[in-house]
Amino acid sequence: MKTFFARLLTLFLLSGALNAYAVSEREFNTPGINVVKARMQARHGQLQAYYNSGAVGLNLDGTIELRDEASVPLVFRRKLAALVDAENQDRETLYGEISNVYAHPEWRVEVREVFAKRWLKHAHRGWWIMSDRGWIQK
Amino acid sequence: MKRIAIALLVLGLSACVSHNVYFPAAAVEKGADRIIADVWSLTDKAKEKK
Repeated sequence: MKTFFARLLTLFLLSGALNAYAVSEREFNTPGINVVKARMQARHGQLQAYYNSGAVGLNLDGTIELRDEASVPLVFRRKLAALVDAENQDRETLYGEISNVYAHPEWRVEVREVFAKRWLKHAHRGWWIMSDRGWIQK
Repeated sequence: MKRIAIALLVLGLSACVSHNVYFPAAAVEKGADRIIADVWSLTDKAKEKK
């Protein structure tokens, strides 16, 4: 009985260690995430100028928004609107892919909330971000 | 003795499950920071230096 108890304890400790390992080593490095990330990286090359100019701002909900269309030359407006749409779609896909990493698709909501805060935190100086008082320049 | 063993087993099993019950906010935040840095940094850094 004593050896049984000891074995059980070992098993218990081992499973605990494995659990800790599984969580700490979990990275967002799945094919699905990487595909979206690559698209967003490429798109950022085009969007960046519009963040800088204030034509596009960062929302509170983890999306971006065309906030000053008038500042964009007419010929670029349609293209920019498409860029913003595509970016928001990819972000939503990204949040879903991350919740899938944990096998909890319903966590997409929480993932979106976390990202929303972090996008704003990392937003560069001069970019426009939404606040509870409306648009402000960071 | 048997009861303790069973209690331990239950505790151990519940520990396995618990990781997936609560949203791992800290881990997701860390991962988010890395992804955001990847998405935003490459072109930004090159521009900022100018």
